[in-house]
Amino acid sequence: MQPALLDRWSRQASILHRRDPRAKIAAALVFLVVVATAQPALLPVSAGLFLFLCAGLVVARLPLGGALLRAGIVLPFTLTFAAICWMAGDPWRGVSLILKSYLSALAVLLMVSTTPLPGLLRGFERIGAPRFLLMVSQFLYRYLFVITEQAQHMSKAAACRGGMRFRAAAGALAVLFARSYSQAEDIHRAMLSRGFEGRFHGPEDTRFRAADALFAAAACCAPLLLRLVIERVAA
Amino acid sequence: MKAVLEVRNLHFRYADGTPALNGIDFTLAEGETVALLGANGSGKTTFLMHLNGLLTGEGSIQVCGMAMEKPNLRAIRAKIGMVFQDSESQLFMPTVLDDVMFGPLNQGRSAAEAAKRGRAALETVGMAHAAGRAPYHLSAGEKKRVAIAGILAMDPEILVLDEPTTFLDPPGQRALADLLVRLPQAKILVTHDARFAQALSHRAVFFQSGKIVAEGSVEELARRFAWDLEMEGAR
Ligand SMILES: Nc1ncnc2c1ncn2[C@@H]1O[C@H](COP(=O)(O)OP(=O)(O)OP(=O)(O)O)[C@@H](O)[C@H]1O
Ligand SMILES: [Mg+2]
Repeated sequence: MQPALLDRWSRQASILHRRDPRAKIAAALVFLVVVATAQPALLPVSAGLFLFLCAGLVVARLPLGGALLRAGIVLPFTLTFAAICWMAGDPWRGVSLILKSYLSALAVLLMVSTTPLPGLLRGFERIGAPRFLLMVSQFLYRYLFVITEQAQHMSKAAACRGGMRFRAAAGALAVLFARSYSQAEDIHRAMLSRGFEGRFHGPEDTRFRAADALFAAAACCAPLLLRLVIERVAA
Repeated sequence: MKAVLEVRNLHFRYADGTPALNGIDFTLAEGETVALLGANGSGKTTFLMHLNGLLTGEGSIQVCGMAMEKPNLRAIRAKIGMVFQDSESQLFMPTVLDDVMFGPLNQGRSAAEAAKRGRAALETVGMAHAAGRAPYHLSAGEKKRVAIAGILAMDPEILVLDEPTTFLDPPGQRALADLLVRLPQAKILVTHDARFAQALSHRAVFFQSGKIVAEGSVEELARRFAWDLEMEGAR
């Protein structure tokens, strides 16, 4: 997934973008739990939750198709496991795995593409996530830009020379990592030179307003209620 | 003239045993521009990395009256603005403005103040129009300007530039020279381009095997080491 695109999305303006990161983190966590623990009437419940997320994407003014497609990035992994479940004679479990992982990915995507990453990580920090973990995520995020760009350069260069076969691609990947590593060192040096002391200074800390509390309450309750109602109706 | 930088008898050996610096004595006066010339591998970059504590050798270094010691590091890095050869590694934030704000934020300035300084610095280098763009989409010359803006935003007293003309076409080199001439800070300029050095520097020193073997005007040194400089040009 292109980090640059997510970054661009996260900097757009909408009601969802304006909410305090902590409110969105809470909403996303509740949603993940609701999805993960859904059991009876899974199909209609999934459909309901899916529509709920689509509504979120629309409110956030994100391109619906683009977002739905990008959340599919998890599918190759889960499809593999689903196939294993199917072969083991438990196809239903495979289906549930696919639905749940896709919905989870879409929920996380919605959160990430409505909150610029520095603000999001600061939100996690303020609700008590370990600093070290956040540091690693921040670096990963910074280097992701560098690595994807390197990869783009290399794939362009390869395309100019008539494409890349598997073995060449594997070799290129190795070079990509080596280059990225040495560039990561250079970046770290540049950061130190500009006074970096281990903490990224994101945007000013936001205040948790009444609107954020209201949003958090609504966004946390909605998927839960949705699931309970659909389960009741389906039963 | 007040000395802003004083280096005495600096020695350094890389972890693999390569003796990179073998007794460097160097002084930089306020507002002065000095060109560092010398063959590939003569120790120029290694020397620069000592000036803000990225590497630590034996000998003494004083920056604006402060000894190169851990407690002074923060203040020293605020005084010395380091522009690396590879702008790719120097620009690591998602947007140009974020990038130039990185230094001031690390210096403890508020987001509003950092943005103000960032914009002013972009104005100085003629890149204000690119504030919202992604750094990795800029041309080489534009990247170099933004990298310089990122340093200027920290309000340094000394600018250190490692081969700033690499990747720049002749008009880009001229534009860079015009920009640098306008900046009042003392400068250390590593370059293989004798003409560029001549246009900007008050004097030059020549590095050879980790030592300064000659000192004088750029013309003198270029004549004396003509063979070396031409070799560099041909590479
Ligand atoms: N990380 C390293 N580990 C070991 N040796 C190194 C390292 N970096 C540089 N060297 C060696 O130290 C010496 C000085 O290198 P340095 O990069 O300072 O030269 P330079 O004058 O900047 O050269 P150039 O003009 O090519 O940039 C060289 O012999 C080089 O091979
Ligand atoms: Mg060098």
